[in-house]
Amino acid sequence: MNQTVVAVRGLSRSFVGGEVIALQGIELEIAEREFVSLIGPSGCGKSTLLRVIGDLIEPTEGEIVVNGKSAHRARLDRDYGIVFQDAVLYDWRTVAKNIALPLEMAGWDRSRRARRVREMLELVELTGFEDRHPWQLSGGMQQRVSIARALSFDPALLLMDEPFGALDEMTRERLNMELLQIWDASGSTIVFVTHSIAEAVFLSTRVVVMSARPGRIVEVIDVDLPHPRTGATREEPRFFELVTRVREALHGGSGRANEVLRA
Amino acid sequence: MSRAALKKGAMLVAVLAVFCGLWEGFRAVGEAVGLRLGQFEPNDRTMPHIHEIIGQLFEPSRRNGPLLIDVLADAALFTAREAAAGFALGATIGFAIGIVLHHSRLLQRGLLPYIVASQTIPILAIAPMVVVWLKSGWISVAVIAAYLTFFPVTINTLRGLDSADPRALELMRSYAASRWAVLWKLKVPAALPYLFSAFKVSATASVVGAIVGELPSSIQDGLGGAILNFNQYYLSSPPSLWATNLVAASVGIAFFLIVVIAERLIVRKAPEHVA
Repeated sequence: MNQTVVAVRGLSRSFVGGEVIALQGIELEIAEREFVSLIGPSGCGKSTLLRVIGDLIEPTEGEIVVNGKSAHRARLDRDYGIVFQDAVLYDWRTVAKNIALPLEMAGWDRSRRARRVREMLELVELTGFEDRHPWQLSGGMQQRVSIARALSFDPALLLMDEPFGALDEMTRERLNMELLQIWDASGSTIVFVTHSIAEAVFLSTRVVVMSARPGRIVEVIDVDLPHPRTGATREEPRFFELVTRVREALHGGSGRANEVLRA
Repeated sequence: MSRAALKKGAMLVAVLAVFCGLWEGFRAVGEAVGLRLGQFEPNDRTMPHIHEIIGQLFEPSRRNGPLLIDVLADAALFTAREAAAGFALGATIGFAIGIVLHHSRLLQRGLLPYIVASQTIPILAIAPMVVVWLKSGWISVAVIAAYLTFFPVTINTLRGLDSADPRALELMRSYAASRWAVLWKLKVPAALPYLFSAFKVSATASVVGAIVGELPSSIQDGLGGAILNFNQYYLSSPPSLWATNLVAASVGIAFFLIVVIAERLIVRKAPEHVA
């Protein structure tokens, strides 16, 4: 097995002085080069789990180890790239300057930044759009810019919070394909929050199914579909079997005990 | 020029024409029927003809003196310089106060009420004291103008810095960005539209502040001096004061337009957000 990138141990997180339990007893290990999806109903804490892993919020209990360090240390070391549902680009910056923003923070010099931006534009197939402003791009293109920005400093871990949730189905399927190519090319590990069962199965190496109140992991499903995945993957019987398994886990999951995960 | 710009220009001219028509029409009808509204009576003294006001600009300001428009242009430039210095001073201080208060909720809670209270003191009460402190001169006038300028800038800086998208802040956190970088690369650019709203209010206020500030400083070279002067001679020449007011208004409008142009050049936003 590959090296462990994320280890979540005994994690709980509550809000409003302990009254709302967003996450309870979460155990999860994610290995290098994995693509793990978190799926579950609203309120199951999947976005919270993503934010705790990324040290955007602190756990109430438990421990997060990222690349052998605390989540806090990992954030300061710039181990995370984050993509939200909205692209959250800076209107006042061009596409190229949006992608370069994390590099400015990391203190890269101008020529190194420019070189890296060119590579990233190529990766997300937006070469030629570097001098546009965000509002001149479609929603799908904006989201590709935000992925390029998140990957620009080559983070060990890419955290994506429903990145394609606001896009139409056609764009979403195309970007799913592109994301898999980017994942393959960049060699990063991805944690991906989604509402879509088909999207989770199509993209992932593993799907983590969660339930709400309190937010827990009910089942972890290995996705053994072969790589590279193509449009034809969505029509294979195995794809449908896995979609059915995830759906059943989602609907039946509320009563089951937590499953302790294999690495 | 675009169609929209032409339409806008035509609209401005039309409104001006309607206003002039109302002014002259009201006066003509009022005089014809002997209208009296309390102490007010339309006549040459209360409502000079518009052509007289404009014409007065091209009359000598005194016997064998320069044309009134030349005198007023000099005065306007003088006042504009004071107002610009006051605006720059007030905007800088206002912005700096906003930044400091943004970073300390404690200071904000402690100081903001006093900053608000400072604006309830009439400028006419502040001005003579500033002159006592700093001696009469253009610096005093600029400080008085700055007093009117800083407040809207402080309030809008505070609002603008808070307007940054919370997810953009989370992204900055994930880049391990310093406070300084978050401020200058995210919060201040996000605050620019708010800042420019404040600058528009402050730009015109700084002109008013400069004119008022000239009075206790006994400065004769600016528009404040001209207004005081022509006020004394109002009975013999009403159009002179009206013409002076017209020039003072033009300075305020010019300041406003400069801010609007600067905003167009600096604030990069999606077109649908541009007011």
